Amino acid sequence: MEKEEVKKIKDWMNTEEYKEKNFNRKAITINPERACQPLGAVLCAAGFEDTMPFVHGSHGCVAYYRNNLSRHFREPIAGVCTSLTEDGAVFGGQANGFEGFKNATALYKPKMFAISTTCMSEIIGDDLGSIVGNAREKGYLSEDISAPYANTPSFAGSHLEGYDSMLNAIIETLGKKRDAAKADIINIIPGFDTTVGNINEVKRILKIFGINYLVLADYSNTLDSPLNGEYKLYPDGATKLEDVKNCVNNKAAIAMQKYATKKTAAMLSEKFGQDVRIVKSPIGINYTDEFLMTLSELSGKEIPQEIEDERGRAIDSMTDAQQYIHGKKFAIFGDPDMLIGLTSYILEMGGIPKYVLCSNGTEDFKKEIEDLFASYSESGAEVYIDKDLWHLRSLIMTGPVDMLLGPSHGKFAAREAKVPHIRIGYPIFDRVNIHRYPLYGYSGVINLTTWIVNKFLDVLDDTSDDAHFELMR
Amino acid sequence: MAVNFKENEGIVEDILSVYSEKAKKNRKEHIGINSKETCGSCVAKSNVKSLPGVMTPRGCAYAGSKGVVWGPVKDVINISHGPIGCGMYSWGTRRNLANGEPGVENFMPFQFTTDFKERDIVFGGDKKLEQAIKELHELFPTAKGIIIDSECPIGLIGDDIEAVAKKMTDEIKIPVIPVRCEGFRGVSQSLGHHIANDTIRDFVVGTGEIDESKKTPYDVAILGDYNIGGDVWSSMKIFKEMGLNVVAHWSGDGSIEEMKITHGVNYNLLHCYRSMNYIARHFEEKFGIPWIEYNFFGPTKIKESIRSIAKLFDGNIQEKSEGVIKAYEPKMQEVIDKYRPRLEGKKVMILVGGLRPRHIVGAYEDLGMKVVSAAYEFAHTDDYERTTKEMEDGTIIADDMNEYEFVELANRLKPDLVASGIKEKYVFQKMGIPFRQMHSWDYSGPYHGYDGFEIFARDMDLAVNSPSWKLVKPRWKK
Repeated sequence: MEKEEVKKIKDWMNTEEYKEKNFNRKAITINPERACQPLGAVLCAAGFEDTMPFVHGSHGCVAYYRNNLSRHFREPIAGVCTSLTEDGAVFGGQANGFEGFKNATALYKPKMFAISTTCMSEIIGDDLGSIVGNAREKGYLSEDISAPYANTPSFAGSHLEGYDSMLNAIIETLGKKRDAAKADIINIIPGFDTTVGNINEVKRILKIFGINYLVLADYSNTLDSPLNGEYKLYPDGATKLEDVKNCVNNKAAIAMQKYATKKTAAMLSEKFGQDVRIVKSPIGINYTDEFLMTLSELSGKEIPQEIEDERGRAIDSMTDAQQYIHGKKFAIFGDPDMLIGLTSYILEMGGIPKYVLCSNGTEDFKKEIEDLFASYSESGAEVYIDKDLWHLRSLIMTGPVDMLLGPSHGKFAAREAKVPHIRIGYPIFDRVNIHRYPLYGYSGVINLTTWIVNKFLDVLDDTSDDAHFELMR
Repeated sequence: MAVNFKENEGIVEDILSVYSEKAKKNRKEHIGINSKETCGSCVAKSNVKSLPGVMTPRGCAYAGSKGVVWGPVKDVINISHGPIGCGMYSWGTRRNLANGEPGVENFMPFQFTTDFKERDIVFGGDKKLEQAIKELHELFPTAKGIIIDSECPIGLIGDDIEAVAKKMTDEIKIPVIPVRCEGFRGVSQSLGHHIANDTIRDFVVGTGEIDESKKTPYDVAILGDYNIGGDVWSSMKIFKEMGLNVVAHWSGDGSIEEMKITHGVNYNLLHCYRSMNYIARHFEEKFGIPWIEYNFFGPTKIKESIRSIAKLFDGNIQEKSEGVIKAYEPKMQEVIDKYRPRLEGKKVMILVGGLRPRHIVGAYEDLGMKVVSAAYEFAHTDDYERTTKEMEDGTIIADDMNEYEFVELANRLKPDLVASGIKEKYVFQKMGIPFRQMHSWDYSGPYHGYDGFEIFARDMDLAVNSPSWKLVKPRWKK
């Protein structure tokens, strides 16, 4: 095409008129930041001892989940499937299920299969309960192997619901209620959290408190395993199945994400009478404070001085740097719980969360963000649900921001808008080690401040003329 | 060279011993020991169903069609038709580089999907698809075509995407192409390649008008180069220097406009045989255009390929081609002198798609490296026929090799480098074995052509000889 014509079209794409057209579309989704349910189920399974994710569907699906998760964590991701093909569509997938259990048992010797579904097995209407039951009866699936199963259709919800349904199934299947007194242990449910640094930070805080805890679906070690010359199909440090069995008798549970743990939280509370607290993901000072106060309340322990000192240091780092964030406009996108935390943090720093955009958010989520804006009397900020990154592009091309915060896919919009983009959330495919650094807790505050402010300063240095290229910033 | 037939047979036997009798019988047919004399295609059974419950490296028909063949065509919009996941996972993950303004001339950095919800499954998605196509045409008026890449549900719920495509083609006056690449079809990506080729045959080939005044005797098309990390560009450079006129490149940095006029070329040059032999055969049958396979990995194979291609043309091209070979020789020697001493004798294990396990062997050999096992994800009989010739006798050849077999084989063969995909990468790196992703060139490339070989050699060296591998064992444990 002629350069001039290309430019004309591109300019049109940056107009209010185009934005309106773009926001009017009903049927096509363009650059969504959302994956499908079984991916969440596979991630959840990676947090349990000797557990093989077992996906009922075509091997294309499981190949995609493994690829996707491997690209983010830069770790091996295990997973098998029933390799359904055309005849599965006609005759159902039970025979493949039987073969699958038998072969996977021979090769991978798991203690548990965490079974999830795909579009195909959902549409052909396979009943996981009877496949598992029949497999046990006919000897394809040993009684020694646990086999919780969850329906995780890709045409409903997102990776968040898939994670939740799998976790719910695992706990519900393995959990054994005791009549004895509740154990003095707090269950921690991280949710679909691919920042392993977050899980490690929560554990560190609990240790300083001296609280006994159990992380459910703890993949902070299995998806951050040491390189020492030995490959372990099931790396050490996952949640033990024996602990899952007992977890329903622990005195309380804390869900670190609201929108990825709904089913699980309700099940623990309703079926097992557990004291379940759903906290805001502890990003920023306020939500970290709230998390610590919840811990203090549940444990009856004072918030340790060591942690209060950390708080002071985090505040110190914020005030040292706040002048570089104050009044700056941000576009933030990704999963809902992370967005609530990041929005709160940006507001604490005097920044403007101009656009908060979520491809898998609910009306509840939208209300939470609006309440946050209101609590800071922030009228220059907007929240969008069920929107994608092509919508985001229209927003930032017509009403500019200074920075994007969110997963790697935002890089295309950031490039067009010529603004920096800090990678946060899932997935991160184009930066190394970010997921190892916590966003949570007071440490998270220092990390976020460091990344955001130093990025602004890099841009300032890169774009300054000689006179303004100063030593001090 | 008298090789370890017996030893390798024993290794295979040992690895398979863990399977049930039924699975063992199945897998045994897929793993062979190469022997040029006694066995051609029979070295491994292929293109049949994978065993359920094993970590097969394979993907699906959608991956082969949208991900491989149609995906890289830059001036069309690929709609991942169905639920959210498939399009999400195949968004930008194959590294098909393309020039052109994003959203205007180039739709590579996008993920378009009809994002099926429960109601679409229940009531059907044809109306939504139609509406989606209208919206796309309005938002991206310069798109030259719209490709409907079917995900599993489409075929299961009985949608009539062909009718929608026909109606929309008439309405928006650009090709709207229905592709039945639902993931449950066939046994691997491979059927997806074939299905995509067939739709190109039915909807694209021959539909453009050839400008006779621009025709030359040297018009060629490149088939089966997906421009991973810029492969097409480093290959085109060589063809241009040979005096050939590359009219179209399928499909890396490719365009549907070029595909429409490919029937005007004199020869089709085929790199990835597995994924595009179908369309090459069609051009031959329908338009009488001959095709020739070539291999642009490593100077030895590049030289052979340049000569076999040049033979198709007149003395002028042949002379120029010899000039090209000569011109690059010093540079290639320099690369080999630099890296060969660092890589000589190093053992490589390969597991990739349907072409590279045989195609890239020459490049390793140019560096003095030895391929000790080669495995395919989704090759067919004709691929194994071609493989046997390229490999030394005794090499272990495997089809649809799963992760268990791959790891166990590595434990016994002790490779210095494993060349495979992202699913395999971190498994071997945890074992302390250097690794390169050979689907995506591990975010590097190009690897094709003379320019590519220099990068290939550097990358193999930086993997194998990285000082970081020497740190794996702590000093107090040595």
